[in-house]
Amino acid sequence: MGGIDPVLLIAALIVASVPILFAALGELVVERAGVLNLGVEGMMIVGAVTGFITAVETGSPLLGYVGGALGGAMLAAVFGALTLGLLTNQVATGLALTLFGLGFASLMGQGYVGIKPPLTADVPFGPLADIPVLGPIVFGHDPLVYLSLGMVFAVQWFLRASRAGLVLRAVGESHEAAHALGYKVVRIRFLAVLFGGAMAGLGGAYVSLVRVPQWVDGITAGAGWIALAIVVFASWRPNRVLLGAWLFGGISVLQLNLQVAGSVIPVEYLSMAPYLVTILVLVIMSSGRGKAALAAPAALGQTFHATR
Amino acid sequence: MNRRTLLATAALGLGLAFGTTASAEALEKAKACFVYVGPIGDLGWSYQHHQGALAVKEAYGDKVEIQWQESVPEGADAERVLTQMALGGCNIIFTTSFGYMDATNAVAAKFPNVKFEHATGFKREHPNVAIYNARFYEGRAIQGHIAGKMTKSNKIGYIGSFPIPEVVMGINSYYLHAKKVNPDVELSVVWAFTWFDPAKEADAAKALIDQGVDVIAAHTDSTAPLAEAAKAGGKVIGFGQASDMLDYAPSPRVSSIIDNWAPYYVKRVGALLDGTWESTDTWAGIKDGEVEIGQITDAIPAELKAEAEALRDQIAAGSYHPFTGPINKQDGSAWLAEGQTAPDGDLLGMNFFVEGIKADMPK
Repeated sequence: MGGIDPVLLIAALIVASVPILFAALGELVVERAGVLNLGVEGMMIVGAVTGFITAVETGSPLLGYVGGALGGAMLAAVFGALTLGLLTNQVATGLALTLFGLGFASLMGQGYVGIKPPLTADVPFGPLADIPVLGPIVFGHDPLVYLSLGMVFAVQWFLRASRAGLVLRAVGESHEAAHALGYKVVRIRFLAVLFGGAMAGLGGAYVSLVRVPQWVDGITAGAGWIALAIVVFASWRPNRVLLGAWLFGGISVLQLNLQVAGSVIPVEYLSMAPYLVTILVLVIMSSGRGKAALAAPAALGQTFHATR
Repeated sequence: MNRRTLLATAALGLGLAFGTTASAEALEKAKACFVYVGPIGDLGWSYQHHQGALAVKEAYGDKVEIQWQESVPEGADAERVLTQMALGGCNIIFTTSFGYMDATNAVAAKFPNVKFEHATGFKREHPNVAIYNARFYEGRAIQGHIAGKMTKSNKIGYIGSFPIPEVVMGINSYYLHAKKVNPDVELSVVWAFTWFDPAKEADAAKALIDQGVDVIAAHTDSTAPLAEAAKAGGKVIGFGQASDMLDYAPSPRVSSIIDNWAPYYVKRVGALLDGTWESTDTWAGIKDGEVEIGQITDAIPAELKAEAEALRDQIAAGSYHPFTGPINKQDGSAWLAEGQTAPDGDLLGMNFFVEGIKADMPK
């Protein structure tokens, strides 16, 4: 395994996990507010295409990310209107959102196949990037990588220490009680859903603008479903979401690197490793004393209708 | 309707059916249909097949109607799509990926009056199935030559899709010709296990680059590996695959293999129209213009460019075969003796690496 440079591997791992980290953080906030949105994949791919179109048309990658976030949020608004306004079933609506998003993104992207988007430059840290080991890992990335890490701490702080975060959690634990206290349950949930959509869209835009960088149908290739799994894996805690995203991104990058290095482990085992690890971790977590099920927001997935 | 008339009509119908198959008559109008494994906008494999389809339309104008379906998964879905096409009045159906092989033959059995053409496979179970392929390994020989000369780290890489003969052939040809000009060269093979997943193809290219590989060839369908190589800022080169991928020239894309299906498609639809269509097995290469070598850019030294072009011309003239002995298999056993060239049968069933490649063949 001599060929693998651990420094470059860690740097690659951080980049590979950015899309699922964004999407999972957004979904975490949505679920903490008591809404289960299974449409992450749909919102991601719509974000990927709207972000790509915006970046190509304006020539600015920065505006592209804004466009991606807006695209994701718009699709999320549809979900919010249906589930919170018309009280539809959240699971069914979320799945429909994914199917709709995949088709809609394909339609919008028709004229954008084979075009190269403007490149996102790395943050210029100057001489800092040349420090051995630390340079490539810490100082060699584009702004979105730092934004994703910043969001982990921001979400952590918001949920734990801010008043608005406490209200949001109260809504997710018991919407009846929160309503009785005078909080606007539907409005708070709708805002959380919009945030989740924007984050998923941002993750999608990162795929089409940085990781690949081009637009093709089905570009997110199931990343949204992984993001959903990571939220459960993380037992609804932001810092564990970071861990989960790195684990997933890390194993998929590692398996390709092991192949290059001529590993003796058969390719098939390497390919299924991320999924095996996820199942394993879920089993371990739910068998321990701090059951994952207990950490779930109590009102998750329940529809709310103010009767009084 | 009594039983006798029923039988009579059945017999008449049967006679008609046999009549048309026995003496293949010329057609006034034909509908040619194409099944693609990826989107036609992949700018690679499926894109090139679609260019061939458009050439058919252009060549015959109103006499031919074309229809196509993109991103058809290999497997049960393919059979459904093919059946639908056959029922929908297609006279000839081109199935353009290895994985459609069984579906093509299964559907062909049910529609004896529809012609089927399967790309890159080896099964012709019915008289209405023809197969066609291109000798991509000839192009890989030229890429290998360039790779061996251009690599500074002596590490070259290959992103494979699936371990099938078509891909394995290319890997062997690429390695043999790199090794010939640079005995120190080492080849890393990464299997993506997909024809088309840009994020995964990009990650595979990144893994290769991170481990010091500076020349990358890909046998997947998108431009993602070249996009990844472009990020390395000129230190890494690669090749256009299936399509010219000129957007990435002059570097990282220094040359390319272009699949030019148009002449074949035009010829076959023409044969269908004038009633001379037969089940054939076509395997054309550089000589026939089915495999083209895309422009070699100035990122390559003029001397090397001339060598590569000379190699191309030798292959085209038939004076050089990319698999000429002595060549041993990976386990050291002999495959080709001195001066012997590889028989087509060996190539079409190739499931082994040649001596010197370190990677294991997935089972």
